[in-house]
Amino acid sequence: MKRDKVIGAILLAIALSAISGLALITVFIFREGVPIILRVGARQFFLSTDWEPSLGHFGILSMMVGSLFVTVGAAVIGVVFSMGLAIVLTQFSPPGLSAAVKPVIELLAGIPSVVYGFVGVVTLVPLIRRSLGGPGLSVLAASVVLGVMILPTITSIAIDALEAVPRSYLEGSIALGATRWQTVTMVLLRAARSGLVAAVILGMGRAIGETMAVIMVAGNALDVPRSLLAPVRTLTSNIALEMGYASGDHRQALFATGVTLFVIITLLNVAALTVSRQRAGRRRAK
Amino acid sequence: MPGARLLFHARIVMLGLVLICGGCGRTSGRSVNLLGSTSIQPFAEMLAERYLKEYPGQFVEVQGGGSTAGLQAAESGLTNIGMCSRSLTAKESLLFTPILIARDGLAIVVNPKNPVASLSIEQLRALFAGRIADWNEVGGKAGPVWPITREEGSGTRESFVRLVMGNERISRRSLTQESNGAVKELVRGDPAAIGYMSLGLVGPDLKAVAIEGAQPTVENVLAGRYNLVRPLLFVTKGTVAPATQKFIDFVLSSEGQRLLATEGLVKIR
Repeated sequence: MKRDKVIGAILLAIALSAISGLALITVFIFREGVPIILRVGARQFFLSTDWEPSLGHFGILSMMVGSLFVTVGAAVIGVVFSMGLAIVLTQFSPPGLSAAVKPVIELLAGIPSVVYGFVGVVTLVPLIRRSLGGPGLSVLAASVVLGVMILPTITSIAIDALEAVPRSYLEGSIALGATRWQTVTMVLLRAARSGLVAAVILGMGRAIGETMAVIMVAGNALDVPRSLLAPVRTLTSNIALEMGYASGDHRQALFATGVTLFVIITLLNVAALTVSRQRAGRRRAK
Repeated sequence: MPGARLLFHARIVMLGLVLICGGCGRTSGRSVNLLGSTSIQPFAEMLAERYLKEYPGQFVEVQGGGSTAGLQAAESGLTNIGMCSRSLTAKESLLFTPILIARDGLAIVVNPKNPVASLSIEQLRALFAGRIADWNEVGGKAGPVWPITREEGSGTRESFVRLVMGNERISRRSLTQESNGAVKELVRGDPAAIGYMSLGLVGPDLKAVAIEGAQPTVENVLAGRYNLVRPLLFVTKGTVAPATQKFIDFVLSSEGQRLLATEGLVKIR
């Protein structure tokens, strides 16, 4: 009994130090970042596109728009491929194939982001430049690279969601005379909807937080992008590009950029949690 | 009891932080730390390699991070020598002792396929400010101009702004890359791109443009015909440790200067 308690205390200690680390980081970035937002004025900071730290202009709107474009682009690409993959792997493929494909997809998640960025710079960027015009470093390039990067996240969560749909639903649908495809679109996707939405939101959270690959392929121009082929700077790349040099107000403004990112990602995660809890709640009620 | 437990955890966290921080500032008697400009970094590494061959038993550690980071590190004592590839501001020169190790031409580079071979400073400024957005306005093939700049705080960028831009701002459309290598890679692949970098780093894949009629060569820099020139500085603060002084002396010696010159930099004497 006594030994159990000791081990319990040790495990608790480990858990608490992990959490306290997280709490310290949160407190730190808010303490560093929030004062400059208040000093510049929240309106100026969030609604101005003028970012010129050496002149004391701190407006992150173009970076927020940039992050939004790139993330939505990545989500579109990621969703099309991941949902397709998840449906095929759970419903239509022979078991041997899915057993082979699943680990490969999970392996994709383990490739370092700088490798994705490098492949993007070497192959995708020149391809876009030659075939579509513009500098190649663009919203499109960043979206494609991020879309591929979030593929494993969305696919594996989506597979879990699809597999959680009770077999009786599918059997019922088939028994009523629906085809395989009708069963998938009308029963399976609807029953798994909240899980799929959570998968997409978590994927977007990963896309918006990604940095290295985006810096390499997005071009990092300060202008609000006017087309898919225009270069773009995201919140994360802004921090990573300038952090090494920044001091004083500039440094604080980068922390404030981090605060913004932190809030956005927290909201995304809360949304994902709420959506997936709703599903659990509904099922329990039945 | 939970209070005591929390205190215990706090102590463990503190201990970890102390251990991590203890690691970063450590400098022993025979080692020299250099940190700063990524433009100087490759030259400093080359110098360090030769220095270590000549004086075995010494340690020289070279890190990038950018000019401003180099100055900050020199100020906080994190590094023995900060590397800075731009002139110090009035406020900075009160804090530090700058040592000029070489001068460097700032080359304006375009893709070899780009027919433009010469620009005036005024044209260059207009290209980077976005006032000239088509290459045919400066004698090139019609098509958009993509200026490539370095990130805020880079010494190369600050030198470029001071030497070329004056009071004008670099266009917000310009692509921002965080290293000389990335700029090089982009210009090599894109006929519409124009960038700037250290003369010593240009290499055979890029075309350096003549400015005001003068080719960017070491001779033209020495003769004062090529005007885009910046200082490369080692920066120290307070008293200099003997090991650090020894490395600086090596860099300033005729041997060190000869090495820098073979890499395309301009000697101080």
